[in-house]
Amino acid sequence: MNFFARYGGEIATLTVEHIWLTAAAMLFSTALAIPIGVWLTRSTRLAGPILGIANVLQTIPSLAMFGFLLPLPWLGERAARIAIVALTAYALLPILRNTYAGIRGIDPAVIEVARALGLTDTQRLFKVELPLAASFILAGLRTATVACIGIATIAAAVGAGGLGELIFRGVASVDNRLVLAGAVPAALLALTADGVLGLLERQVKVRS
Amino acid sequence: MSAALEFRSVSVLTPQGRPLLEDISLTVDPGTTTVLLGRSGSGKTTLLRTVNRMVVPARGEVLVNGIPNSSSDPIHLRRGIGYVIQETGLFPHFTVERNVGIVLEAEGRPRSQRIKRSHELLDAVDLDPATFARRFPHQLSGGQRQRVGLARALAADPNILLMDEPFGALDPLTRSEMQDMLRALLARFRKTVLLVTHDLNEALYLGDRIALLSDTKLIATLSPSEFLASSRPEIRTYIDAFQRGEQVSRR
Repeated sequence: MNFFARYGGEIATLTVEHIWLTAAAMLFSTALAIPIGVWLTRSTRLAGPILGIANVLQTIPSLAMFGFLLPLPWLGERAARIAIVALTAYALLPILRNTYAGIRGIDPAVIEVARALGLTDTQRLFKVELPLAASFILAGLRTATVACIGIATIAAAVGAGGLGELIFRGVASVDNRLVLAGAVPAALLALTADGVLGLLERQVKVRS
Repeated sequence: MSAALEFRSVSVLTPQGRPLLEDISLTVDPGTTTVLLGRSGSGKTTLLRTVNRMVVPARGEVLVNGIPNSSSDPIHLRRGIGYVIQETGLFPHFTVERNVGIVLEAEGRPRSQRIKRSHELLDAVDLDPATFARRFPHQLSGGQRQRVGLARALAADPNILLMDEPFGALDPLTRSEMQDMLRALLARFRKTVLLVTHDLNEALYLGDRIALLSDTKLIATLSPSEFLASSRPEIRTYIDAFQRGEQVSRR
């Protein structure tokens, strides 16, 4: 119990930092990926190339990504900025892909009728397409969030904080308790996010 | 009396330049039903879709209530034309009453007005609003869904109704019930109807005029009795195809 007395406060602070990094990245990636995904459903010729770019972003090893961003002006000044930009890049693909696939997967008869009854493009998007694709989009958000919580532990390598801090220190000092003090809360965060978003996903699922 | 719908030498091409419709001229008088009859791929659905500009002709024009539809705003045009399709295209995430009121919702009418109108129309298609208004499409039978689709098409009180194989997916008994209901509705609310089907019986039962399309061309536009009496080979082929079972069992 000595261990928790010593590290409890730090674990709590780092957990909050971890949540903050992930949440900020998810906010940015969602704000980018959903509009781009919608736009791709309108210009399908660009869908292949754009999804390809998002795909390539995801294949960059996370440690390398943090490294690439380090020398950049403004970004490089604060480790948290680097972490958020990198995490945003990783989260783009699942959200983008699911937004695109979710809207494209809607029964064509429904889209046809929405147009034929005289809904404007905006009405069709907000009344029909986004609600019908919502469970898909949320599934993308869930995948992205879980992945980001994991990748965020690497952000400690560039000094961005988060639970990775404890893991790196534990590895350096060959202290498994420290590694677990970082890894267990990170895993719990991921499980919680997965559960909550999964629940939300089922809530918005439309039966047809 | 000017025509409710008039097709003037309408031709439609695919983006690759293959003709889907060639030089179609057809007039539909107000308050009458014209059935577009023909086999799959004859172009009948394409012709229907030129009316609300879901398809834009390469040549020729379509006049809706005497005005070329290319000169009206498509959103406004479409809200003024009822539209029913085989798959109903009901919005699966909307209740029945919201589905029926969607055109009014798109026009920004207040909710109370939409609900009232939606319940009136559910009554008109013999669906009790108390039972059905709050249900979702997946909780309905095929025939009930088709009734909701029809109620939705009528909600904004359009004077023109486009129906693309509206009863095609229904069993014969449900289909004939729906045909009776449509006839009763048309007797009550005067509508100009353009209805696509490949079912000869449906065409004879519902149509004031039958326009037979074959391979992108309009073969003839006739009344049901003229149609049955016609000796034109394309028409005979179509009629014979429908009477085969009867002929065989009579032998």
